[in-house]
Amino acid sequence: MITLSAQTVKAEVKPKRLVVVNPDLCVGCMSCMFACARRFPNGGLAKAAIHVRSVGGFERGFTVIVCRACPNPPCAKVCPTGALTPRKGGGVTLNPSKCIGCGMCREACPFGAIQWDTELNKPVICVHCGYCVNYCPHGVLSLEEVRW
Amino acid sequence: MIMLTDKSCTRVLYVDLSRKTYWVKERPDLFEKYLGGTGVAVKLLREEMKPSADPLGPGNVVVFAVGAFTAAYPTASKTVAMFKSPLTGNLGESHAGGRSAVAIKMAGFGAIVIKGESDIPVYLSIHDGKVFFRDASALWGVRSTYTVGRVLRERESWPGLRAIMRIGRAGERLIKYAGVVTETYRHFGRLGLGAVWGSKKLKALVVGGRRAIPVADPRKYREVYDKIYDKVVKSDSMKKYHDLGTPVNIIPLNKIGALPTRNLTSARFEGAENISGEAIAETMLARRVACSHCPVACIHIAAIREEYPHEKYFYTTKYVSYDYEPLYSLGTMLGISDKEGVLRLIEEVEVEGLDAMSTGVALAWATEAFQRGIITEKETIVKPSWGDWRTYIQMVKYIVEQPNEFYRKLGEGTEEAAKTYGGVEFAMTFGKNEMPGYHAGPATHLGYVIGARHSHLDNAGYSYDQKLIGKEYPPPEKVIDDLMKEEAWRQILSSLVVCFFARKVYTPELVAEGLEALGIKIDVEGLKKLGWEIYAEKYRLKLDMGFDLEKDLKLPKRIFETPSPHGKISEEFMQKALDHFRKRIKELIGK
Repeated sequence: MITLSAQTVKAEVKPKRLVVVNPDLCVGCMSCMFACARRFPNGGLAKAAIHVRSVGGFERGFTVIVCRACPNPPCAKVCPTGALTPRKGGGVTLNPSKCIGCGMCREACPFGAIQWDTELNKPVICVHCGYCVNYCPHGVLSLEEVRW
Repeated sequence: MIMLTDKSCTRVLYVDLSRKTYWVKERPDLFEKYLGGTGVAVKLLREEMKPSADPLGPGNVVVFAVGAFTAAYPTASKTVAMFKSPLTGNLGESHAGGRSAVAIKMAGFGAIVIKGESDIPVYLSIHDGKVFFRDASALWGVRSTYTVGRVLRERESWPGLRAIMRIGRAGERLIKYAGVVTETYRHFGRLGLGAVWGSKKLKALVVGGRRAIPVADPRKYREVYDKIYDKVVKSDSMKKYHDLGTPVNIIPLNKIGALPTRNLTSARFEGAENISGEAIAETMLARRVACSHCPVACIHIAAIREEYPHEKYFYTTKYVSYDYEPLYSLGTMLGISDKEGVLRLIEEVEVEGLDAMSTGVALAWATEAFQRGIITEKETIVKPSWGDWRTYIQMVKYIVEQPNEFYRKLGEGTEEAAKTYGGVEFAMTFGKNEMPGYHAGPATHLGYVIGARHSHLDNAGYSYDQKLIGKEYPPPEKVIDDLMKEEAWRQILSSLVVCFFARKVYTPELVAEGLEALGIKIDVEGLKKLGWEIYAEKYRLKLDMGFDLEKDLKLPKRIFETPSPHGKISEEFMQKALDHFRKRIKELIGK
C-alpha cells in the first residue's frame, strides 16, 4: 500500500506513467505528437511533449522520445528557480510562472525528453495523462501503473 | 466569409536564388479565398511567372503550397508543387507527402515561392523564420540521392520536424523527368521538377520548425478531429492502403485485363502474381512508414539481402520502397516478373532521382522500338529485352549519363524520342507526360488527357471505368461531365491539402465541418463552387502557357489496339467525348 500525500485527490488511484512499449513498431506518423498538442487545445506541434524522429532516415526506423517518469529526476535537480518539482509516481510538474526558460532541464535529461515550446521559450513537460496512447494505432505507447 | 484563425499560415516566403535574398508577405487575400495548396499555388504562379518562361531558365518559378488542414487534421499530409514543366512545356503540378507539408507549415509558412537561378550550386535551409543559403558545390554530382539525405540530416536542425528535399544527378543534368526526392522514399516525381531545380542550381531544401495552430472552436476541433481519425483508422474506406498498400491493385487489375504490360501490347501480365503486393509482402516487406500526420502508413519498404561482392558470409540489407505505379512502370510495362529484379530497378531510379513512371514508360518505348528495328544497338548500346532488369538498370544509368545522342533524346521524354526516331503511335504519353498504370477503359484515358496535369489522380477515370464493369457504359458526354465534376472537387482536396487516398473520408460535409472548427465558414455549395473556380483558373493558366485544346488533346494509337475491360476503345467515342470537353472547358473559363 502506497502512502498517500495530502495533494492526492482520489485515494485509490495509483499513479501511472507513459511507457514506450516498443519503438520498433513506430511508423513515424506523429499522431501522438499532434494528440499531445491538441490538449491545449491547438493544432500544430508547439506543445507536444512527445517526440518522434527517424534514427538516421526513414529507411532505419524511428525512435520515440518522451519523459520516462524518473523517480529521482535530474531535470528537477538542476532547475534554478524551483519551477520543476518531482511528481508523485515519477517525472516532474512545471510551474510556468516560476520558469525563466533557462533550458538547464533540457540539458540535464539524458534522453533529451524535454521538448521546447519555442513560442513561449519554456519546456514542455509530459504529465503522463496518456491522451497520446489513444492515438497510437500500432501499440507503441501505453499508460501503465508505476512500479518503481 | 472565410476568416482564418491562424494568421501565420497565410505567410508566403519568397526566395530569389539569383540575388540570394528572401522576403515574407502575408497573403490573407489568397489563403482566405483559396484555402491553400493548389488554389493558392496556381495564383502565385500566375503572379510570379511569365507564361512564356523557359522551363529551364531563370524565369521559371517553383511554388510549394500547403493548406488549411495541414498540421490540423490527419492525412492532410501533402504539399503541392507548381511550376512550368520542362517535360510538357506546360503547367506542372506534383504532390508529395513525407514530412514536407507539416514541416513547411511548422516553419511558419503557407507557401514558398522560389525564383531566379543561382550562379553556384546551393541548398536552402529554412527555419526560425530565416532562409540560409548554403554552398552545395560539394554535394553536386554525388552519385546517390540517399547520400545527399544522409549528409544534410547530420548538418541541419529540427530532426523529426523537417523535410529534406533534394535532387539527384538526373536533376542536375536536366533530365526532363527528374524528380525531387523527400525523406528518401517520397517524391515530387512527375513532370520534371528535379530538372527545374537543377537548372536553378538548387540541390536541396531543408525546412522545419514547430509552432501552434490556433483553432476557432477547440471543442468542435477535437470532435471533428476524432471523427476523421476514426474514419481513417477504423473504416474500410482506407483499408487497402492499410494492408498491402497501393500494390494491392496489381492482381485485380490483371484479372480484369487493365494492367499495362510490355508497353501496353497487352493488358494482362503472366508474371503479375510474382510482383504483386501479396508476393512482396510475404517475403520482403521489412517496414511500414508514414507521412507526417497519417496513421495509415502506406509507405511499404522491402528489404533485399545482398552478399558482399568479394567476400563470403558478409551481407548487407538494402531498403527499397515500392508502390503500385513503380511496380507497373518498371515492372509490368517492362515485362519483369522477378520481384527482386524490379525492386533493384526501382532502387536505381531512386538513386538517380528520376520519375519512376516516366522512366519505365520511356524504357518500354525504347524496347519496342528496338524490337521493331527502329533503333539498334548503335543507339541503345545495350540490348533491351522484356524482363531483363539488369540491362534496364544500365539503361537508367545511361539516361542520366547521356553517353550518346539517343540517350540525350530519351532524357527529353518518350514523345521527343519517338518524334526523332519514329514510333509515335506506341509512345505512351498524354500531353507529353508518360502514362500511369491503368488501361481500364475509355474514361481512364480521357481522364489522363483532359486532366490538368495528365495524372490518373486528376479525376480518377481509372476508378470510374472499374466501377462500370458489367454495366452499361454511359454516353461520352456524361463521362466527361462526371470526370470534370470529380476533378473540380479534387481541387478542394488538393487545396486543403489532404492526401487523395483519404478522399472517401473527406466528404464535402466533413470538410465544411473541419473548416468551421478552424474558423473558416464556407458551406458545401460554396466549396463545390470554389472547386470549379480553381479548376477554371488552372486551365486558364494552362492555355496561357500554350496548351492548345484542338491540337494537344491527343491519344496514343496503342490504346485503341489493346482491348480494355470494356473491350476495344472506340475512336469515335473518344472524339465525341473530347469535343464535348472542349465545349465544356471553354464555357468554364469563359472563352
